[in-house]
Amino acid sequence: MKRLHMIGLALAAVVLSGQAGAQEPKEHELTGTLKKVKETGVITIGFRDSSIPFSYLDDNQKPIGFAIDICTKIVDAVKNELKLDKLAVEFNPVTSSTRIPLLANGTIDLECGSTTNNAERLKQVAFTNTHFLTATRFVSKKASNINSIDDLKGKTVVSTAGTTNIKQLTEANAARNLNINIVPAKEHAESFLMVETDRAVAVVLDDILLASFVAGSKDPDAYVMSKDAFSKPEPYGIMLRKDDPAFKKVADAATAALFSSSEGQKLYDKWFMQKIPPKGLNLNAPISPELKANFAKPSDSPEPDSYKAM
Amino acid sequence: MFSNFDFDVIRRSLAYLFFDGMTFTLTLTGLSAFGGLVFGTLIALMRLSGYRLLGRIAGLYVDLMRSLPLVLVIFWFYFLVPYLGQWLTGASRPIRVGAFASSFITFTMFEAAYFSEIMRAGIQSISKGQPAAAYALGLNYRQTMRYVVLPQAFRNMLPVLLTQTIVLFQDTSLVYVLSIPDFLGAASKVAQRDGRLVEMYLFAALVYFLISCFASFGVRRLQTRIAIVR
Amino acid sequence: MNYHWNWHIFFETDPGGTGTYLDMLLSGLWLTIETAICAWIIALILGSLVGVLRTLPSKAASWFSFAYIEFFRNMPLLVQLFLWFFVLPELLPRTLGLWLKQMPHAPFYTAAVGIGLFMSARVAVQLAAGIGSLPRGQKMAGTALGLTTAQVYRYVLLPMAFRIVLPPLTSEFLSTIKNTSVAITIGLIELTGAARSMQEFSFQVFEAFTAATAIYLVINLIVVVAMRLLERGVAVPGYITGK
Repeated sequence: MKRLHMIGLALAAVVLSGQAGAQEPKEHELTGTLKKVKETGVITIGFRDSSIPFSYLDDNQKPIGFAIDICTKIVDAVKNELKLDKLAVEFNPVTSSTRIPLLANGTIDLECGSTTNNAERLKQVAFTNTHFLTATRFVSKKASNINSIDDLKGKTVVSTAGTTNIKQLTEANAARNLNINIVPAKEHAESFLMVETDRAVAVVLDDILLASFVAGSKDPDAYVMSKDAFSKPEPYGIMLRKDDPAFKKVADAATAALFSSSEGQKLYDKWFMQKIPPKGLNLNAPISPELKANFAKPSDSPEPDSYKAM
Repeated sequence: MFSNFDFDVIRRSLAYLFFDGMTFTLTLTGLSAFGGLVFGTLIALMRLSGYRLLGRIAGLYVDLMRSLPLVLVIFWFYFLVPYLGQWLTGASRPIRVGAFASSFITFTMFEAAYFSEIMRAGIQSISKGQPAAAYALGLNYRQTMRYVVLPQAFRNMLPVLLTQTIVLFQDTSLVYVLSIPDFLGAASKVAQRDGRLVEMYLFAALVYFLISCFASFGVRRLQTRIAIVR
Repeated sequence: MNYHWNWHIFFETDPGGTGTYLDMLLSGLWLTIETAICAWIIALILGSLVGVLRTLPSKAASWFSFAYIEFFRNMPLLVQLFLWFFVLPELLPRTLGLWLKQMPHAPFYTAAVGIGLFMSARVAVQLAAGIGSLPRGQKMAGTALGLTTAQVYRYVLLPMAFRIVLPPLTSEFLSTIKNTSVAITIGLIELTGAARSMQEFSFQVFEAFTAATAIYLVINLIVVVAMRLLERGVAVPGYITGK
């Protein structure tokens, strides 16, 4: 009998301590990424090499950027949500073409860069609140005298593999019958370098990235950005795994809190209106009215049309 | 011709290139060579064992790895290993495998096929009298292999194994396709960030050349020193 | 975190609108074959030359071929392709460099030349070993009969040497085919590159790579069988390689 009492007490102790520990989601167990983070104590952020100013490497090869700062806030929110004392943050490099498979196979838990949120990608992944809006344009050297998309006919044009930009370029090439020789590059820096070294006449990327590369190049005045765009301004979002509502809720809450507060505007100014490492470049890109409206009322919609100025 | 080249960029990035890039490359080479050798010897033994099924499986594995380009195998393992880990361990989600671990697994598995062929030739070159004498002395299969056959096979094939390791050292540069930061990847990152392609690629070529050259000469000298006169 | 299988992806149209994903893979395959054959021709011609040089009595020829072989063997193929593609045009005079950079199909030509040169060193080594394995008496008999060195090589040594090294040359040809995949780094969209593009546009990672793997295995099989038939066809009865 005494033995049974002991076992009973022990069981009760276990159950009660279990209850005490499971304060987090009281209704159900942790799922998905939150469960993984709790069990492993590590959260992995996917960063880009050269998506200035969203996610890129500084002089010490450390990842910095607008999206990295946003992700740091998400990581803090996860730490609070799971009530962890310590949460190790690992950084894993990704490229445009490896980001989705690496997110799906668990190598990274969130991708912080310049990833466009669109309906097709939503079949594979999920996005949190939009942090930027940008349209696909191209940059060419002034000397090449290319003023519109049709001027690219028959020429060699480069874009980064795995981006919506190269997809839009491929589709436009077929639709308008332009016979463009499309060259895929591995990273954004490589794409821009091809135009710099005259291997390609134009590079097709998101206009904010193009502006950063032109501003940081050896001779910014030699380049011109097209007025033509391949698309409407589309939203960037931090990428998360699909079918993981608990983690998305945490990320959405963190980003919404950040954007709607004054801290959001300060963060934007830090990366777009002030000097940024490593070369002290100032992009001087004031916040667009559509993005300002989005910050006031954060949304994670993939539809470009849903982002209107206030 | 060399007037507008800035070779100083090499000096500025030496620390990053060697501490981050070269250590990655050398560590990967060393660990994969060891792992590949162990796994390859196992496969060679499987093929040479009397059991037809084992031999068939081993043979298929070697043929598969030798027919595929290393680039494709690198892609496969980088994307596939986490799912494999999930399936093997029965976990509820794919196991997180970082870039280094994934590269290590890829190169070990890939080079094992080549090492196994070398070890197979080595084991077959040992005269039949050796294992026969071992069995006559009462040693079992494992002891025969461990104390009599494999040491001799390994010593005979050492130059070829080392040459294959040099090939492995050069092959590690292919992790470039996944932007994994090995020596060439590091040189490439600096090159693209600063627009100094010529300087960095020439430097990388020189470094690879010097290391491989010295290693090959070393192997050749080793070959003359340990050659067994029959 | 489940993967969504979709084996019908091969029959869906790719974003370029020019055909299905299967067509994309097949055009990649065609490029692989073209590049491999061009590279192999370059490798055979140059490799044979250097291999013969290696076995000549002349010290200068021997040193030159030794240097040639060491140069191309001690650098990874990827680094060599980068040198040809990125570095060479910058070192040439501006107009020549520009012409090289803007040549249509520049990646194809660079890959063919780069891989061809890389493999030529290996062909040279194989051929030199093959010539070296022939009995010394062959060369002496040729000289005794009054043939010049060139004639000795052409009529006595090389025919047998090539037959002897046909098996290793087969594996070098297979290596060439596999090495074409390295050219995706300079923008050549051959079979592995096409599978990667397919993966990037359709997100179906495993379907794309499985197809590429299957195609490589089939190519391998075809080449091995074809080479075996060739060996049997040119074998000299009664000699080591003959039946």
